[in-house]
Amino acid sequence: MDVERETYRPQPDFGTPEVRGAATVTLTIDGREVSVAPGTTVMRAAAVSGGSIPKLCATDSVKQFGSCRLCLVEIDGMRGTPASCTTLVADGMKVHTQTKRLEKLRRGVMELYISDHPLDCLTCSANNDCELQDQAAAVGLRDVRYGYEGENHLAQPMDISNPYFDFDPSKCIVCSRCVRACDEVQGTLALTIESRGFGSKVSAGLASDSFLSSECVSCGACVQACPTATLQEKSVKEIGKPERATVTTCAYCGVGCTFRAETRGEEVVRMVPWKDGKANRGHSCVKGRFAWGYAQHQERVLSPMIRSSIDEPWQEVSWDEAIARTASELKRISAKYGRNALGGITSSRCTNEETFLVQKLVRAGFGTNNVDTCARVCHSPTGYGLKTTFGTSAGTQDFDSVEDSDVILVIGANPTDGHPVFASRMKRRLRQGAKLIVIDPRRTDLVRSPHISADYHLPLRPGTNVAVLTALAHVIVTEGLADEAFVRERCDWEEYRHWADFVSLERNSPEFLEPVTGVPAADLRGAARLFAKGGNGAIYYGLGVTEHSQGSSTVMAIANLAMATGNIGRRGVGVNPLRGQNNVQGACDMGSFPHELSGYRHVSDAAARALFEAEWGARIDPEPGLRINNMLDAATDGLFKAIYIQGEDILQSDPDTKHVAAGLAAMECVIVQDLFLNETANYAHVFLPGSTFLEKNGTFTNAERRIQPVRKVMEPKNGYEDWQITQLLAQAMGLDWAYTHPREIMDEIARLTPTFAGVSFARLDAEGSLQWPVNEAAPDGSPIMHIDGFVRGKGKFVVTDYVPTDERTGPRFPLLLTTGRILSQYNVGAQTRRTANVVWHPEDLLEIHPTDAENRGIKSGDWVRLASRSGETTLRATVTDRVAPGVVYTTFHHPVTQANVITTDYSDWATNCPEYKVTAVQITPSNGPTDWQEEYEAQATRSRRIKGPNSSEERGAMEPAE
Amino acid sequence: MSAHTVEKLVYMANQIARNVTHEPDPVAMIADHIHAFWSARMKADVFAVLDGPAGAALEPTARAALDRLAAHAC
Repeated sequence: MDVERETYRPQPDFGTPEVRGAATVTLTIDGREVSVAPGTTVMRAAAVSGGSIPKLCATDSVKQFGSCRLCLVEIDGMRGTPASCTTLVADGMKVHTQTKRLEKLRRGVMELYISDHPLDCLTCSANNDCELQDQAAAVGLRDVRYGYEGENHLAQPMDISNPYFDFDPSKCIVCSRCVRACDEVQGTLALTIESRGFGSKVSAGLASDSFLSSECVSCGACVQACPTATLQEKSVKEIGKPERATVTTCAYCGVGCTFRAETRGEEVVRMVPWKDGKANRGHSCVKGRFAWGYAQHQERVLSPMIRSSIDEPWQEVSWDEAIARTASELKRISAKYGRNALGGITSSRCTNEETFLVQKLVRAGFGTNNVDTCARVCHSPTGYGLKTTFGTSAGTQDFDSVEDSDVILVIGANPTDGHPVFASRMKRRLRQGAKLIVIDPRRTDLVRSPHISADYHLPLRPGTNVAVLTALAHVIVTEGLADEAFVRERCDWEEYRHWADFVSLERNSPEFLEPVTGVPAADLRGAARLFAKGGNGAIYYGLGVTEHSQGSSTVMAIANLAMATGNIGRRGVGVNPLRGQNNVQGACDMGSFPHELSGYRHVSDAAARALFEAEWGARIDPEPGLRINNMLDAATDGLFKAIYIQGEDILQSDPDTKHVAAGLAAMECVIVQDLFLNETANYAHVFLPGSTFLEKNGTFTNAERRIQPVRKVMEPKNGYEDWQITQLLAQAMGLDWAYTHPREIMDEIARLTPTFAGVSFARLDAEGSLQWPVNEAAPDGSPIMHIDGFVRGKGKFVVTDYVPTDERTGPRFPLLLTTGRILSQYNVGAQTRRTANVVWHPEDLLEIHPTDAENRGIKSGDWVRLASRSGETTLRATVTDRVAPGVVYTTFHHPVTQANVITTDYSDWATNCPEYKVTAVQITPSNGPTDWQEEYEAQATRSRRIKGPNSSEERGAMEPAE
Repeated sequence: MSAHTVEKLVYMANQIARNVTHEPDPVAMIADHIHAFWSARMKADVFAVLDGPAGAALEPTARAALDRLAAHAC
């Protein structure tokens, strides 16, 4: 039986958290001998041995609490009846969990609980899936002697403010599991117990707060922890108890949380974080846990569509017609303009197998290396920088590693919003005492939040990352804080000396650079000393590092810092890129870049090419292809004519929207494969409806190089999984592909990619996940890399001189715009905007410092005009000192905002990753949308008209597509 | 090929040059980088303008690197 697809039953609950340790303690529980790690509770040991002690306030996601008194046991030699959840095991201990005395005590406890609980089990949405009900049965409760007439809590009103779950205090037993989950698992500390004694009540914050208005971030940890129907998903109330559970991987961010998709028929009832998931360890965020409704959204397009011109309405056609038309157009354009007039873009939202097939189609079918991926605009500098310095285009650690970190340096990342589940684990470590350095222009939540306070916040001017990192290195080298023993053993000593001489120059000192970076020299020196000598130092970074004209230099500067301080090759340290999209690591691994085959082998490598040519029966061009931005340049030059875009919305996500639009408009065949008519589809000639992660099999690879299964829980509503659509197109182009399941694609990847040699679906099913490299040298995978030496041999120090961006402020554009994400929305918002998450972020807002706002007569809520050298847009302002004077900030989740009309085409020197994070702008009060916004909206509306099959009747795309 | 594209290629080459000034052999570094990451057409486009006004806008090390690549390509 496939254990990952099973009949629904609740996940096992061991009552208290696992304690890890090599040593064991052996005890006897009800005659069963069991060995567990020291520090384990009797309750957990009993569960491990196959027993089950009644409990209500205990659950294994939070620490033991000892409040409900239901888990009492008898232990030989001990007085009384201790609570098993707070009693630790001891060698030779003899425990009795089921005795007459205990039965009586437990029934008495249960009786009190039930005397103040609604007796509506048969109509309760948690019926037959309720711990309170189960425990009442377990203790044999048959009657409540106290009656139900006394004072009680049964008439308390429900809080239905949250779009995803309800709070019904009448069913609450005040076990505090929800409060503790909010504290310990999520780390938001939003929930509390208000009042005392009989008046005790779970509160979302202040007495005036609802769950929606409070600081609650809707991660779902409280709902998962609740043993009754007090906190329950609205979807369970609407649909009913699930009947099946399938373990799969979230399709949002690069954390790669695994979930149990709990279903009835082909309908998802809820997504519940899988406790055994090694990336998320049973936790989730508002997106993965709740925001999956886009899969059934009425705007989803389910029929293929074609048109001759983007001025025409779409025409729905059969799959056969759409594929035939696409292949015919691609062949025509190739014959007329040459193979290099074609290209493709793979998706970081699709599976490894789907991505692999798209780049295979481009290389082997189109006959060109013009293939790129959205990592171009996010983490391409990570690939370049870490491959140059360490030899591998990936982060060095697993997420568990943070548990051993002593100093955490976060630069250019906002994990509580962008990578919330990992942020919770990071915050847990910080609450345990680890030190924190945040390098960010904004005062992110991590800088100061409940029980978290950064030891140093270095609020640098956008665009000066390299200067700040070099100044940190200056302090470390000149104050003798470098780990020279590590460097001598593991790195190229001559290169280190060259680098050390450079960073030691006076012009790289914190004092000299302070006017450039805006960071007080004393703070920077303090941060450098802390990082160098504070114990295990781990660096986490995001797009605030990569999306700059010196993105690659910054990544290498980070690598230099980690090597110089000896923070590589063990738990608790390392260089950790927080990847943006769910499979951006995988898309890069799968050969999506125009210069690399899968496994990061350059196309000029004849031996690597020969492998692929033999397997594919096609010649591979030894010259690199075009990057996305180069494809668009070539298109406007009339040299690039056709593009196949799978799961990527370049018109909204890429910089300088007008240039992207001009490039797309210049092409003769734009093929978009996606769930919705996205912005790019406004310029498309073929629309191939894609499938969601719930409708396909495959794998995603997360930020810790962890390859995890994606499992189909329902049939694709569009008819095909995305890999099947690519295969149909390949077959129509004359390629003899005949994959019957993604596992066969993975087998091919493993044959062709040394770092994936040991990966197969069978192993993933058996082991849950694998972290590459998985091969002869690392048969069980590689949670931590560079343990005994760097992949490239000696670690390479690279001099990273600060080169200011050419995007400069001046009298016309005196402010610096930087961009980012918010917790409830995801990237261009195509998915999350089509869920109830919009209640938290219905529009993009411009953050502006009070001084800058006052100088311009702007108040919170005012419409403002945001203008740069590239273009202008309007949005509403929010005045906040989160941003420094001179800096403004916005998100880019809503197409109407058109934030990328503002961003320029400046990019990273090594990879052309766009400089999203630095744009010189001016802000002025405004009355409403710009001409460009109105024209854009009109074009989009015109472009989205749809004609039904064999019909002249048109409709707008806002209507259902079937 | 438009003037905009040429200008952009020259800008890219200069940007690489400005970021590798401290390499032991910046010309070799620039040449290797362009060889490894630019498409054949991009290289040909920039080779074609080396002796024109656009070429004159190249940083000396970028110019030397492109000369070296162009000679190798011939």
